[in-house]
Amino acid sequence: MGRVKLPIGPQHPALKEPENFTITLDGERVVDVDIRIGYTHRGIEKLMESRTYTQNLYLVERICGICSYAHVENFTQNVEEILGIQIPKRAEYIRTLFLELERLHSHFLWLGVAGHEIGFDTLFMYTWQDREVVQDLLEMISGNRVNYAMNAIGGVRRDVSVEHQKKVLQGMDYLEKRAEYYKEVAINEKTILARAENVGILKTKDALKFSAVGPTARASGITVDIRKDDPYASYLDTPFDVITTNTNDVLGRVVVRVLEIFESIKIIRYLMAHLPVGEIVTKAPRKVPEGESISHTEAPRGEDFHYLRSNGTEKPERYKVRTPTLANLPALAEMLKGTYLADVPIIVAAIDPCMGCMDRVLLLKGNEKPGELVDGERLRRYSIKWFAERGWKA
Amino acid sequence: MKVPGKMLPKIIGFIVRKPVTVLYPKQRLTPPETLRGKMKFHLDRCISCGLCARDCPSAACTMHEIDGKKRPVFDLDYCTFCAQCAESCPKDAIEMTSEFELAHYKKGEAIVK
Ligand code: SF4
Ligand code: SF4
Repeated sequence: MGRVKLPIGPQHPALKEPENFTITLDGERVVDVDIRIGYTHRGIEKLMESRTYTQNLYLVERICGICSYAHVENFTQNVEEILGIQIPKRAEYIRTLFLELERLHSHFLWLGVAGHEIGFDTLFMYTWQDREVVQDLLEMISGNRVNYAMNAIGGVRRDVSVEHQKKVLQGMDYLEKRAEYYKEVAINEKTILARAENVGILKTKDALKFSAVGPTARASGITVDIRKDDPYASYLDTPFDVITTNTNDVLGRVVVRVLEIFESIKIIRYLMAHLPVGEIVTKAPRKVPEGESISHTEAPRGEDFHYLRSNGTEKPERYKVRTPTLANLPALAEMLKGTYLADVPIIVAAIDPCMGCMDRVLLLKGNEKPGELVDGERLRRYSIKWFAERGWKA
Repeated sequence: MKVPGKMLPKIIGFIVRKPVTVLYPKQRLTPPETLRGKMKFHLDRCISCGLCARDCPSAACTMHEIDGKKRPVFDLDYCTFCAQCAESCPKDAIEMTSEFELAHYKKGEAIVK
């Protein structure tokens, strides 16, 4: 049988977000993958140039609906670096608390999504129920479940009270028990093993070659974690381990994330026990002097990288975001090669993709691709004609 | 021990358990007091400085002249409930409440004055 090209996406039931994977198949085997991105580009970087730093606090947060806090953390770190502000110790701890709570809810979410992708919706229901515990904690402290709006330039906006600390610790006890259970399930449940073991192999050397980040890299045996490699917030004082496995497959990525849940719980317990007293915010000027800064954090999906160039006004001159999903895409193309078509959804899900935050503008140079470039107006007229020809009213 | 049905005992347990979700709107969960919901505006405290409108990230808070006094008006259709306006206000004239049921039929119906 000859080779078949199968387009998955931009709209496809297997994908949660619009991206295009053109898969070349030889029978059931994937031989080549072509990934096209850019369907959900929102132009946030450009928009940021027309807003003040204070207003941008809430815009960067909306880059991602799951790791919203990693983005704000990067943004504030960048601005604080150019301003030369040292934030109070208590604020650092509260920021770390949020970073870890976010990791917890993201990993629980991912576990459910992975279960859903392999048709194991029971797991999906369970983990999402447990995730509510984290969401309630986040809502209790910050006032919102997703866009916490916790950071101010120079610190945090809300304090963590003694009452909150008690509730956080109670939540951790519950989640630890649940995570124990998922650990058991992940390595013993046949439904998971059959779909995850030896699937989506990414060898250590390939993970290095394609610069994989986060849990994807760690499941290929690479010890990379920005929290350890370049500590920010209060990670320098906080004891925790970097989890790695060397099975290089989807199961490894499940195990890494489940074990990271325990590390996050450990960190949160430490933070709650050692929360320094004092101020939570230092006053920052509105205008940021000319300068450049980069910042990276370990978001739940991997290294999240931000760049800021300021020009002495109230607004940034250039802002650039590189989210972990973009970094993991080349590795993903490698993982997909040689697998079965039916495994594509779970392999894609295993990098925990977040397409919306990753999307870039695609520049087409020359005529490398068949097809032609159509601008918005021509596309509109084309669609009106298309509908009219079929007797439908546009 | 790699047998299918590792989760079976739990799953069976769920048959007799009460659902975790509640039947809204008959049953309601109480949001935490810290929730950033609909704001309350105290006209008497406002000094017309306009700092709230300047910092609002989504132009939900704009300054208007009403009855001879410049003051902010909040359009909740645009509001992201970030509470920056409340934070920027030097006189604490804006207060976030935990009211969150703000559905309405037409655009522009949810205005806080
Ligand atoms: S809460 Fe935020 S978005 Fe809403 S009016 Fe205040 S500053 Fe604007
Ligand atoms: S910041 Fe406060 S005092 Fe100033 S205009 Fe707004 S509500 Fe009034």
